[in-house]
Amino acid sequence: MRKGLAGQRLVAVFLVGVMLFNFPLLSLFDRPVLVFGIPLLHVALFCAWVGLIALMAWIAERGAR
Amino acid sequence: MLSGGVIIGASFAYLLILFAVAYFGDRRADQGRSIIANPWVYSLSLAVYCTAWTYFGSVGRAASGGIWFLPIYLGPTLGLALSWLIVLKMIRIAKTHRITSIADFVASRYGKSHLLGGLVTIIAVVGTVPYIALQLKAISSGYALLTGDHDTNFRTLHLGGWLQDSTLYIALTLAAFTILFGTRHLDTTERHEGMVAAIAFESVIKLFAFLAVGVYVTYVLYDGIGDIYARALAHPDLSSLMSFDGAGQAGYGGWFSLMLLAMLSIIFLPRQFQIAVVENVNEQHLRRASWMFPAYLLAINIFVLPIALGGLLHFGQGTVDPDTFVLTLPLVHDQAGLALLVFIGGLSAATGMVIVETIALSTMVCNDLVMPLLLRRTGVARGEGRDLTGLLLAIRRGAIVMVLLLGYLYFRLAGEAYALVSIGLISFAAVAQFAPAMLGGMYWRGGTRDGALAGLLAGFVVWGYTLMLPSFAKSGWLDISLLTAGPFGVEWLRPEQLFGLTSLDSLSHALFWSLLANIGCFVGVSLLRSPTGAEASQATLFVDVFRRGVATPASFWRTGAEVRELIPLVARFLGQRRTRDAFSTYARTHGLSSPDQLKADPELVNFAETLLAGAIGSASARVMVSTVVQEEPLGLDEVMNILDEASQVRAYSHQLEEKSLALEAATRELRAANEQLKEYDRLKDDFMSSVTHELRTPLTSIRALSEMMLEDPKTDLANRKRFLGIIVSETERLTRLVNQVLDMAKIESGHAEWHNSDVDMHELVEHAVDATAQLFKDRGAVVEMALAEQVPVLRADHDRLLQVMINLLSNAAKFVPANAGKIKVALGFNDDEIRVDVTDNGIGIPPELEPVIFEKFRQGGGERARPQGTGLGLPISKQIVEHFGGRLWVSATTDKGATFSFVLPRPSA
Repeated sequence: MRKGLAGQRLVAVFLVGVMLFNFPLLSLFDRPVLVFGIPLLHVALFCAWVGLIALMAWIAERGAR
Repeated sequence: MLSGGVIIGASFAYLLILFAVAYFGDRRADQGRSIIANPWVYSLSLAVYCTAWTYFGSVGRAASGGIWFLPIYLGPTLGLALSWLIVLKMIRIAKTHRITSIADFVASRYGKSHLLGGLVTIIAVVGTVPYIALQLKAISSGYALLTGDHDTNFRTLHLGGWLQDSTLYIALTLAAFTILFGTRHLDTTERHEGMVAAIAFESVIKLFAFLAVGVYVTYVLYDGIGDIYARALAHPDLSSLMSFDGAGQAGYGGWFSLMLLAMLSIIFLPRQFQIAVVENVNEQHLRRASWMFPAYLLAINIFVLPIALGGLLHFGQGTVDPDTFVLTLPLVHDQAGLALLVFIGGLSAATGMVIVETIALSTMVCNDLVMPLLLRRTGVARGEGRDLTGLLLAIRRGAIVMVLLLGYLYFRLAGEAYALVSIGLISFAAVAQFAPAMLGGMYWRGGTRDGALAGLLAGFVVWGYTLMLPSFAKSGWLDISLLTAGPFGVEWLRPEQLFGLTSLDSLSHALFWSLLANIGCFVGVSLLRSPTGAEASQATLFVDVFRRGVATPASFWRTGAEVRELIPLVARFLGQRRTRDAFSTYARTHGLSSPDQLKADPELVNFAETLLAGAIGSASARVMVSTVVQEEPLGLDEVMNILDEASQVRAYSHQLEEKSLALEAATRELRAANEQLKEYDRLKDDFMSSVTHELRTPLTSIRALSEMMLEDPKTDLANRKRFLGIIVSETERLTRLVNQVLDMAKIESGHAEWHNSDVDMHELVEHAVDATAQLFKDRGAVVEMALAEQVPVLRADHDRLLQVMINLLSNAAKFVPANAGKIKVALGFNDDEIRVDVTDNGIGIPPELEPVIFEKFRQGGGERARPQGTGLGLPISKQIVEHFGGRLWVSATTDKGATFSFVLPRPSA
């Protein structure tokens, strides 16, 4: 898996994470909008985080089979 | 309000449970039924990352900066995404070379350098001691809060005297606990299954406790997350926490720095290295941990913002320290039980960190700082058979106590000065200095010991100047003007605005300058010279660890080691029983019944060195092994052997090349031989056709004349006589031809008979001229002779030489013009040779024919003007002359006749 598809996917996830969690994409969420009563910034960061973890889980467990 | 007794009782009960878990883990490990050998425990134990800083500090940070507590957990998530590339490689390297700490890793990579290992250890200790102080502070202030030793704003009251200070006892208790966990015995792999089990258990406890208080605050005190946010949004003071930079934080650059820092620390913190790499049971566990651990981080952070906002809403800003919200919120609502649970959770977060960190540090201090110094004293290295396991354990235990006491000292001196979160970040920035040397060492072969030393040193110095020094100044230990005006009033040296760089927050600023200095020195100094042999061989082992699999590293101690010396040496550090076990297993895997049958070959020496490396570090292990084998230090032969080994592959390919070259040469020779054979075959065919052609000509005339006489009986007698005369002469020609062909064949095949006798060339030439006199008379030619007198006698076959002379003379007779022929025969000699020339004034030989007239069946004068003769005279003559070591050649010009000459060597005197 190290040099296989899963490894490359994880690197891609890493790059996506770096993009999502940083300027300038991060600044898109920094606006006074509420989602279910919670500021968009907080919701977006946690959702992106959850998404990233789910993606990593999918890649890692899929490769395990 | 709880009494001190209850809290201490609960704490000790908790620690006992922890110890039971650890004991159970160790027992199961000894039985070979490990409870930590599954990815869940591995992932949970990785959560040692979440210390008291996370437990208490995250809420504090969220209360002052909103979302800004998050990069510390987003970074590790990203780091784990790359773990399958980086951490897996570290695990493989560490397992192959029995590496037990970061210091060992760096030292081993750059040629097993004591100096480097020591430097890494010092950086790790200096960088980590404040972090340990932080844990002590968390436990201490938590205890103070629970016992009511605080003012109305829950600020801890005065610290008592040193001996009355409960924190000192906490530190000592933790030290005792760590010693029990981590250094009960020496293990070659430095693995502590029981400790890992306890850490995983602690991770469950702290997560449970934090979620409990989170749920309590969010759903009991308030009506869920939405409710808390609604109230907070209505609060004008709290609106700044809802946006990215409303809280006056460090901007996107600072955000990125935090994330990078956290990402590096998840790999390079000594405790993370210990858990993720050293304690790893199966590298496949990393696969699940790469998402499980981020999920754990997510879970423990879900309620951070609600608790922070809830605390702020309840207490208001600037009153109660937000770091204590998790404790104070239950306390003010008289939930003493919950508060105790939260305290236990914080205790588990703090103890987990302290235990793993001090074990990791004690291994480093022992293997890379103390052992090298002790080994310098030859007394320890050569101490006759003394068991050193006790000494090793004592050093480790001493190191644990020392580190914890240093932490306590730091806590006493600086504990109140600086917020928790800042101390954590200072530590993170210190361990980030390991990144260039370690990552560079794993992926770049060019890194050298000097480069790593320079990089680490530069990074450490800049870190100390830009981060540690300001923290001291802010604590009031140093004049604050150092920060505002710069040292000695030099403004561009201000630690937090180095060289006038003002646009970065202090952390990003320190991180930028220290990593710049670190990477710059590492790369720059490394590039000054090419790596030495030891560096290059270690570099290959590290960089190519996947390609080589479990290749044994080349050992520099080739010979001279005795098994009876090696085993006691290892036993001195590992103890008799473990050593015996290890060597017995080794012997069994090599098909021997007992260790006594082992031979001290390089593999065994390497095995012993690796065993020792687990106990005392790779650099020290090399030194120790060298004490046993140093009677024969690397001699010329050994060096040659190592070189041989190293260049084996190259030599092999060289051999292949040589072989293929040889093959090519052989092919070329064969082809040439084949060409020659074909040529001979062609020549033979030519010869056969020539011979048959020559035979047919006389046969044809014989047959024609015979038929004429047979069919015409009336032929008169005169004609018959004429015909018969021709037939006889043609028959003679045939006989001559056949004789010559046989002669030729005999000479060429080497079967000719030679009858050697003393030959007087003068007499021989005269004889030949006499014998051919009739021929010249018939042609009307004149023979002129110029013969030297007293010609030396030759040892040769008289008849054969006569044959040559007659052949040359008769040739001359054939080609001279009728009735005007002039033939000159000359005989001479010098010191070396006897020479005969036969010159005629005949038609000569065109230059293009000169080379071919000595070939069989080639005759001068062209096809049409072909005179009588077999075409074998000259080739036979040439063979005869050459048989006697002479030469036969012609010098001719067209129209002016030709000179045939031959020389024969004079017999040596």
